[in-house]
Amino acid sequence: MGGHLGAPHFQMLTVTGLTKRFGGFTALNAVSFEVKEGEILGLIGPNGSGKTTLFNCVSGALTPSSGSIRFGAQELAGLTPDRICHLGIARTFQIPRPFRKLTILENVAVAAHFGAAQRSSEAEARRRALEILGLVGLATTPHAPTTLLGAGGLKKLELARALATGPRLLLADESLGGLDSSEMAGAADLLRRIRGELHITIVWVEHIMATLMRVVDRVVVLDHGEKIAEGKPREVAEDPKVVEAYLGEKVVLA
Amino acid sequence: MSAGRVGVGVLLAALVAAPFVPMGGMRQYIFHVLIQIFVWSFIGGAWALMGRFGLVSLGHGAFLGLGAYTTTLLWNFFGLTPWLGALVAVVLTAALAVIVAYPCSRFQVIGHYFGLVTLAVGEVVRLLIIAERDWTGGSLGLTVRPAGADSLVAVQFADKRVFYYAALVLWALGLWVWHRVDRSMARSAMEAIGEDETAAASVGIHVTRFKIAITVLSAVLTAVGGIAYAQYIAYVNPDTLAGIGVSLRIVFAVVLGGMYALLGPTVGTALTIALAEVLRVVFGITYVGMAETIYGLLLIVFIIFLPSGIYGSVRDLLRRRPRSQPAAPVTA
Ligand SMILES: Nc1ncnc2c1ncn2[C@@H]1O[C@H](COP(=O)(O)OP(=O)(O)O)[C@@H](O)[C@H]1O
Ligand SMILES: [Mg+2]
Repeated sequence: MGGHLGAPHFQMLTVTGLTKRFGGFTALNAVSFEVKEGEILGLIGPNGSGKTTLFNCVSGALTPSSGSIRFGAQELAGLTPDRICHLGIARTFQIPRPFRKLTILENVAVAAHFGAAQRSSEAEARRRALEILGLVGLATTPHAPTTLLGAGGLKKLELARALATGPRLLLADESLGGLDSSEMAGAADLLRRIRGELHITIVWVEHIMATLMRVVDRVVVLDHGEKIAEGKPREVAEDPKVVEAYLGEKVVLA
Repeated sequence: MSAGRVGVGVLLAALVAAPFVPMGGMRQYIFHVLIQIFVWSFIGGAWALMGRFGLVSLGHGAFLGLGAYTTTLLWNFFGLTPWLGALVAVVLTAALAVIVAYPCSRFQVIGHYFGLVTLAVGEVVRLLIIAERDWTGGSLGLTVRPAGADSLVAVQFADKRVFYYAALVLWALGLWVWHRVDRSMARSAMEAIGEDETAAASVGIHVTRFKIAITVLSAVLTAVGGIAYAQYIAYVNPDTLAGIGVSLRIVFAVVLGGMYALLGPTVGTALTIALAEVLRVVFGITYVGMAETIYGLLLIVFIIFLPSGIYGSVRDLLRRRPRSQPAAPVTA
């Protein structure tokens, strides 16, 4: 796997006609797209367009109202989140949700231990957790409480915890949110390395597009729960429908 | 740390040697108090296995009662040795624990609602015991049928020292289980679940399975404690072994001592039992409710000012000092 320079790839995730309603409100309306193995797919859209809801459906935190989500040949709709994790999909949360009663290392180790498809020893989980903390740049204080971490650190911890489960597909929800520009560059670089070094396919949700556009291979744009555009970053950024969706927010474009 | 080790060693040696120390006329009484402390500390520790993860059960009397009554009834009516009776009781208790834990986990009954559900379960067991009075003796209770002489099969001994050592071993066993859970990755998983079920499930933790497992473990150990207590007192009563009263007394003691520390439940139980004894001696039986009233007030004070309990707070204080020296660098 790995190659991300064109060439047709195995379809890793296939979302077809995905709809999610909350009571009478339709948060996702018949959304279809696919993710190819080895790519970084950007999923963008204004606030409230349904990006996080889509992640919640794919990761099993929410049950779709209708539609299908296939991971390879496996249908995911209706599976529990822990099962989906074991199949090889990990997600981060837009607002970091660290386990506050655990140390930084324990946060990642518990994910490494219980998230893996095949359970290994507890020592092995800790070793793997340290390795991943090193990768995301959090290895200096593994035994510290998570309260020591700032916004950037918590975002890294989210990524570390997700990566520790050994995913083949990573769903990263606004990994740049709340970061300053140098931290943003670091986080974008990290996602690139996750794909390059760990060979993990990534769907990357971001509200602000500028940084994302320089990293992703393709973009899917959501607006009011519908897919309004899809394609190469450059084309999508110039698409009038996208510009209109982000009306008054043009600054967020590259 | 090593000073702590030495302290524990000295305490254990003293407890093992205690029966050989001359105590004059106080012997029976002191043993009685110590046995109660061991057994109820064990039960408190069993409760805290759940409580520390936010599964605050207000109905552990259900498991106590189920354990104690199953064993006693099987012995009294069928002559089944309490050793085997305990096995039956453990299976029944595990089943009850699953019946409570599974729906609570599936329908995300957590926090106060979990407390209320368990409170009701505790009461239901008490009321069932009272209702089945032909077997259980109803609210009058039931005496464990005497075997006539010391008997290992009946688990009846005239000499309190036997129960003293048995209770000591039980208590140590409880501490060992706690320690094992505390050191395991399962503790991390339970902490994660207690804080954020969605995030825990997202990293592959099977939330329902863990909640059921820890509830079953806690319930089964509680039942064993109830059985031990019934064998020692040789009498079971729905008010001392089931229902709200005893359920809350377990919670009081553990919260008082601290539910997050190994010895918290023991310290809390020792204090409440000592307090009850002092009040009984000072006020006599005219003020039976006095102990409960004082527990209640203490509990309120503790929850507000010392949420990790007496022992937990002291321990945290002692630990914080040496550890804070190498100031941890702040990571971005
Ligand atoms: N659990 C929920 N219950 C009700 N409405 C929700 C829920 N989750 C999201 N929504 C609504 O769905 C819409 C899409 O939200 P979200 O997926 O969080 O958007 P985004 O991540 O693109 O900003 C919003 O209007 C939000 O209020
Ligand atoms: Mg969002």
